[in-house]
Amino acid sequence: MTDYSQQYRGHSYYEASARQRIALLLDSESFEELLGPADRLTSPHLEPLGQPCSFDDGIVIGRGRIDGRPVLVASQEGGFMGGAVGEVHGAKLTGLLELALSEKPAAVILMLESGGVRLHEANAGLIAISEIIRAVLSAREAGVPVLGLIGGAYGCFGGMGIVARCCDSLIINEEGRLGLSGPDVIETTMGVEEFDASDRALVWRTVGGKHRYLLGEVQCLVEDDIAAFRAAAIENISMPVSLTLEVLEQEQLDLTRRLQNFGKCQDGIDVWQSMGIETPAMLPLLNIRDFLQIVAAQAKDNDEG
Amino acid sequence: MEHLQFQFPGSSDRQQDKPAVLVGVVSSGNLEVLIEMAALGGGSQIHVSTKASGFAEIWEAVITDFATRHDLANLMISINDGGSTPAVVSLRLDQAMQEFLGMPS
Amino acid sequence: MKVEPLLHELFPAGHSVSVKANLMSGYGTAGQGKVAVLGTTGHLAVSAEVALALADFVLSVVRENPGIPILMLVDTQGQKLSKADELLGLNGYLAHLVKCLDLARRRGHRLITLVYDEAVSGGFLSFGLMADEIHALPDAQISVMNLPAMSRITKLPLEMLQELSAKSPSFAPGVDNFYKLGGVLSIWRPQLAKHLEAALKRQPCGDHRRDDGLERMGRKLAARVSRLVSATKPKTV
Repeated sequence: MTDYSQQYRGHSYYEASARQRIALLLDSESFEELLGPADRLTSPHLEPLGQPCSFDDGIVIGRGRIDGRPVLVASQEGGFMGGAVGEVHGAKLTGLLELALSEKPAAVILMLESGGVRLHEANAGLIAISEIIRAVLSAREAGVPVLGLIGGAYGCFGGMGIVARCCDSLIINEEGRLGLSGPDVIETTMGVEEFDASDRALVWRTVGGKHRYLLGEVQCLVEDDIAAFRAAAIENISMPVSLTLEVLEQEQLDLTRRLQNFGKCQDGIDVWQSMGIETPAMLPLLNIRDFLQIVAAQAKDNDEG
Repeated sequence: MEHLQFQFPGSSDRQQDKPAVLVGVVSSGNLEVLIEMAALGGGSQIHVSTKASGFAEIWEAVITDFATRHDLANLMISINDGGSTPAVVSLRLDQAMQEFLGMPS
Repeated sequence: MKVEPLLHELFPAGHSVSVKANLMSGYGTAGQGKVAVLGTTGHLAVSAEVALALADFVLSVVRENPGIPILMLVDTQGQKLSKADELLGLNGYLAHLVKCLDLARRRGHRLITLVYDEAVSGGFLSFGLMADEIHALPDAQISVMNLPAMSRITKLPLEMLQELSAKSPSFAPGVDNFYKLGGVLSIWRPQLAKHLEAALKRQPCGDHRRDDGLERMGRKLAARVSRLVSATKPKTV
């Protein structure tokens, strides 16, 4: 099951560029880019605002194989405008998801790193994200699992945070962040008392990988190693989730319970304490393996208790 | 924003057809370099779109230096720049050439 | 427009829609029969609690009223901005609502949106933008963000953004801009009941907003780019 073969090991997902992530996640030399930089499908909306373009408009899409199985892949480049979604960027992603309807790959793998709507093309970006959401759900309905990977410096926020939670499953590292409004947006609009975005430890307790894993917002928490993301992706391809009425009714119950249990919490530590974790303050300090062991032991206690 | 273009006359006439190569990211202080084959009679063209205006002379110096270090016959090089220092520009250009030359024909 | 006159105009034959804590739910009677109605008033911010309430109603419609159309009436200032909601995973709550609406669509429920006041960003994304058809009143206010806030975040001068607003619909708040981009299908002027009846008669046909945006010249690239990708020929081994 795991593929920790030497060639894939030892590369940080967090540090890698969008292109490097694809090259190291997929089987060697299997990636074929679609609408690559030589096609120059750039944004027409940036020059009037004095912003340089990127030849791929900040997203790399294409086909490849993982563990020998055909997949479609998209990887957002956080370095370019925070990975934010503009007209062309969004259309590339929607088109890829629609390609899945005819190609029926084993999965669509989305390497998400985005602040959400690209403000320079705000309206186009918002509608584009709505189109992406519909396309993700259409692909799933057609029997193609959609996996999300999160783990870069810019996190996954804004409308892309909604897209993420429309995926069958999410794989995240400790460094990854997932939410709707970024901490800085909340601080700017609601004040530093509401959210001190410069308090990094607080930010990670609120929207970081470990907290999201504990909450059940993501299915897998992995080391910051592309090999670990790869292994988790391979495993999760075989675990699609059908969005039936029963599944969504269960999700309604789970989310209602979550709101009841943790709705008054102001800090991740309060949440983890309520979950029965004995030393919640320790959790951010643990390595992934120890963290997962403690969480599994706690879950076992909760089941047996 | 500024758009610059540089041309160099032909030296050899590169025959092999190599696929396009892209290196770098258009983030603050960084740039992307795209190298493609083009029918330029042995010459080369370099197109620069840069966030910072008023540095044409520095670009000329960096690019001319780059052109003396490499055989650019029939190459079109396109740059999107987010405000890089000359040192970073030079580095990215060299990295792009290295990757381009490493590609099988 | 106020909710009561709006509901009266949309459903002259009568309705049982009630409003509680700025959340609307219930049923209206149209020519073709019963229509489920859900929505928000008072520029409500979509919080985890609000998303759950809306989703709950959608699920009840799917369970108890198979196949009836669902009309979404939108007036929201956007997503709730609070640390507590982020801590809970607000993006997951909004995604849940979106998934419930998509389930309704797959089960044959027609989804129609009318923006009758404000529709902003994540709040709009979480329900209104999921419809088969999105319509708006002429004085509705649809936006991602106001220009001064955009100016602060992008660090671009406000005057530059204002200048661009005059030239490009991609960017500044406004119903007309969203119409040009294909985000709004049509603008409803009185009589609203007639527009609703016409919408209820139309069959849904996938997400055609990109094509509308191309036709109206507001989004000239999206349709072409996505088609270039989705029409890629399979690789011959």
